[in-house]
Amino acid sequence: MMRAFEYVRATDTARAVEMVTADPNTSYLAGGTTQLDLMKDGVLAPERLVDITHLPLRGVTGGRGALRVGALTTMEELAADTTVVERIPFVRDALLLGASTQLRNMATIAGNLLQRTRCRYFRDPAVAACNKRERGSGCAAMTGTARMHAILGTSPHCIALHASDVAVPLVALDAILRVQGRDGARGVPLTRFYLTPGDTPDVENLLRHGELITAVEIPLPALGTRSGYLKVRDRVSYEFALTSAAAALLIEDGIIVEARVGLGGVGTVPWRAREAEEILIGAPATMEVFRQSAERALEGARTISGTAFKVELAKRTLVRILRTVSGVVA
Amino acid sequence: MTGAAARPPRAAAPYEVDLALRVNGITRRLRVDTRVTLLDALRDVLGMTGTKKGCDQGACGACTVLLDGRRVVSCLVLAAACEGRDVTTIEGLAHDDGTPHPVQQAFIRHDGFQCGYCTPGQIMSAVSLLAEGRGGSDAEIREFMSGNLCRCGAYPNIVAAIREVAKAGDDDAGV
Ligand SMILES: Cc1cc2nc3c(=O)[nH]c(=O)nc-3n(C[C@H](O)[C@H](O)[C@H](O)COP(=O)(O)OP(=O)(O)OC[C@H]3O[C@@H](n4cnc5c(N)ncnc54)[C@H](O)[C@@H]3O)c2cc1C
Ligand code: SF4
Ligand code: FES
Ligand code: FES
Repeated sequence: MMRAFEYVRATDTARAVEMVTADPNTSYLAGGTTQLDLMKDGVLAPERLVDITHLPLRGVTGGRGALRVGALTTMEELAADTTVVERIPFVRDALLLGASTQLRNMATIAGNLLQRTRCRYFRDPAVAACNKRERGSGCAAMTGTARMHAILGTSPHCIALHASDVAVPLVALDAILRVQGRDGARGVPLTRFYLTPGDTPDVENLLRHGELITAVEIPLPALGTRSGYLKVRDRVSYEFALTSAAAALLIEDGIIVEARVGLGGVGTVPWRAREAEEILIGAPATMEVFRQSAERALEGARTISGTAFKVELAKRTLVRILRTVSGVVA
Repeated sequence: MTGAAARPPRAAAPYEVDLALRVNGITRRLRVDTRVTLLDALRDVLGMTGTKKGCDQGACGACTVLLDGRRVVSCLVLAAACEGRDVTTIEGLAHDDGTPHPVQQAFIRHDGFQCGYCTPGQIMSAVSLLAEGRGGSDAEIREFMSGNLCRCGAYPNIVAAIREVAKAGDDDAGV
């Protein structure tokens, strides 16, 4: 049974920020698909929830070069946006390949980016050893069964995966979070927002307690850019990724002039594969170049027995999506 | 709870909320603990047991209802968050004269269930899928019904039932 809590429906953004900032035991509630789930599991136990779903932070507005997505826009709403469909279809694909329609109708974009790991030991308070739940307690995944865990950005203290799908194309696109604090607003690039575990796996990102994400800005790639998202999983639908890859390519006369690559299912944070991009940019769009870029992207991988298969799977996932997006046949 | 009705209403404690929910078009007033989910409010407070509890963790779809016309899993929605909102459950699908909804009829025709436990959720999801315009092909139906699990494996018949209603383009297939 969940611990008793007070429920407050926020109607004013500044008041909501003030309420949560002032009290370490108060949390925001958006779609609730992570927050309530973890409260039922006993992993989270706030004394008060501030429901932000009635704040005016919903909807997609378009500038010429970027989209501004209100933090409370649901996954389904964002996936249906015409600019998203036309200019950055891999964002739509990543959204629609995640969770189920029911969950996507509830889940907000900010909540999605803040979702907690699916590491089963983290989610089970009966397991004592979890550095993410309690710093210094150990890591049950290292010695237990770890299939849905990370191989990039890991540390000896935690190998928990960041399981968001849409975060993968969003890091590739250099999306920016708009954040409102008690003392003012700031912008945080998504590529710097997430923190790899190091020896503080409990600290996952740069958001300070009480800071509210108000919007996600997505810079649009050049016209003519083609993109795709490939998600490989244990069942065909409604499952988290074993590996996934997001790629956006601008190809002129067979030469890749721009490349953005993100990897999912492998990183402790949504993974931007800059090494892969370096190989791709300026090179001809060929299978050999794709394979080379995949080799480079996974160079830093560290595995345990349960995750060893992911290295080759991740490479093939990336090669496959590069091939699909570029239309290269052999 | 003897004499509860006779006592003057007390003010809600901090861990309780007073709510007005519109369930299948009827406004229902209730006072619940803040921890109560929409699913438990429907089943345990309002006695509407058509909506089922499978996993209680958002994973199986048995508890699917429409909230303001969109399908959600009611086990991950706080009742407190539903103040003033419209909820449609399986009990609200049939026409006023009692005729089952076209999707309900198609499930019966196609034997779209065995034990029936997942069925209310499947049907609510299917009604929503049709409204979303996602009944175009078997593959599309399977993909967009994937949030509803069936332990009995009635999937082929469920898909057939939905496909039939989608093909008929039934004007009555809404809510
Ligand atoms: C069965 C299941 C399957 C799933 N499958 C997938 C999948 O395949 N792919 C995928 O990507 N995801 C998947 N998810 C995760 C799902 O996408 C997330 O739970 C969801 O996006 C979280 O959004 P929310 O609005 O419900 O957030 P909430 O649960 O309301 O909030 C999440 C956290 O963020 C905080 N928060 C929320 N909004 C803000 C804000 N604006 N500013 C500051 N803090 C905020 C909350 O306090 C909370 O700590 C799945 C979830 C479930 C339950
Ligand atoms: S991998 Fe991280 S989250 Fe999982 S048990 Fe280890 S420390 Fe905890
Ligand atoms: S009971 Fe709600 S999804 Fe399973
Ligand atoms: S009919 Fe038994 S679970 Fe679906």
